[in-house]
Amino acid sequence: MARHIVARTSDIPPGGNKVVGVDGRDIVVFHVNGEFFALLNRCPHEGAPLDKAACIARLTSPEPGVYQRSRVGELLRCPWHGWEFDMRNGQSWFDPARVKVRTYPVVIEDGETLAKGPYVAETFQVYVEDSYVIVET
Amino acid sequence: MAATRIDCDIHPAVGGTRTTLLPYLDDHWKEQVVSRAIDGLDLTSYPPNMPLSGRADWRPAKGKPGSDLAMVQRGAFDQLGASHAICNVLYGAQAVYDPYMAAAFCKAINDWISAEWLAQDSRLRASIVVPMQAPDLAIEEIERRAGDNRFVSVLVLAQGESLLGRRHFWPVYRVAEKYNLPLAIHAGSAYRGAPSSIGWPSYRYEYYLAESQAFQAQVLSLIYEGVFLKFPGLKVVLMESGVSWLPAFMWRANKTWRGVRVEVPWIDREPAAIMRDHIRLTTQPFDSPPDATGVADIIDQIDSDRMLLFASDYPHWQFDGDDAIPPHLPAGIVSRMCVDNPLETFPRLGLAA
Repeated sequence: MARHIVARTSDIPPGGNKVVGVDGRDIVVFHVNGEFFALLNRCPHEGAPLDKAACIARLTSPEPGVYQRSRVGELLRCPWHGWEFDMRNGQSWFDPARVKVRTYPVVIEDGETLAKGPYVAETFQVYVEDSYVIVET
Repeated sequence: MAATRIDCDIHPAVGGTRTTLLPYLDDHWKEQVVSRAIDGLDLTSYPPNMPLSGRADWRPAKGKPGSDLAMVQRGAFDQLGASHAICNVLYGAQAVYDPYMAAAFCKAINDWISAEWLAQDSRLRASIVVPMQAPDLAIEEIERRAGDNRFVSVLVLAQGESLLGRRHFWPVYRVAEKYNLPLAIHAGSAYRGAPSSIGWPSYRYEYYLAESQAFQAQVLSLIYEGVFLKFPGLKVVLMESGVSWLPAFMWRANKTWRGVRVEVPWIDREPAAIMRDHIRLTTQPFDSPPDATGVADIIDQIDSDRMLLFASDYPHWQFDGDDAIPPHLPAGIVSRMCVDNPLETFPRLGLAA
């Protein structure tokens, strides 16, 4: 498993995202509710860029007219056809077992740890006073 | 008796308001229909003289097709081989604007069919005709018939005053579910609006095909508004809707739901799955492809052997000859649609009793 330092945590504000190129793939990293999630930046339906997706609540309902919102901001709604995906596991809402977006594990490390290795910053300088988003592929 | 074969859609005809129904009206409405010459309230959707409204060999010498009990018995039972048949009266009572007049005429129709048809032939059952434009009065009529198991469903028109999923109809469905009465939606319009969503067609033919759009709109309305979540025991029967449009409609409903389900988060599974559980269709007309392979494909695509209900649509002219079963249907489907599916869909049929 390769580990890639892809961003300073401060590069991605809460509710925002950043697209990074890793081994020829576009991976999109979201920052929501204090966590970072990395997914292939491509809807499995028609290939829409998911960095343009709306970050919405997980919406369920026990009966008509009752709207239950949870995990606000953690669901992606594709900009092209509205398919919803769970950032945490990439599963689609309508067919979670069969239709999903590829996800990648994310860890956050501080610069001091990174400076000791074994990680290598591929694209930018690592400062001990910052923290970093690391995507595993 | 012949093997069980339940015909879920035949059409006895009301001769007229001032004749057939007069004995079943109260004094006020008797006076009104006589003094105001209210008669001939046949639905514009089914003018009695139109060829579709009555096959030539099923037209009595005098009166409307479907108006003669003995002739209906010969046609539906002796000729077409049904063992039981459900009478769906298509007269204009449901289309009357005055809700009280509509309710009085619906009640008269139900009293008439009970006394002059159901009481004359134990093989007959009937749908309750209701003034759906006034849901509280429709409920009164359903309650009036609830104790009589010869009434097995609630009949409404495909094109009424508003889409059937809307909340103001829900009290009707609560009562229908309570009494094990499926909602039978039959082709026909109350002509509150143009039969096509674009406007008025120039030709009869256009109207008749636009009916399938109305059925589709009703199915989506019932599903999307959440009727089957509120009333999980409710079944809906599409009558004279045609069948072969269903697979493409299911696919499109599923596909679109994936992208817009946030509008209706209470719909948490594919619309086609809900259709398979709650929607039933009668098999005349079927609008079959010409070959067995084409029919088999449609059956595979519908992917349920529980949705189809045998019907002849007597005396409507949907086919010639003595066989009301559409050609090329697989034997397993035929046996289910003639017996098991009607018995499951209309629990009040109770043939054993």
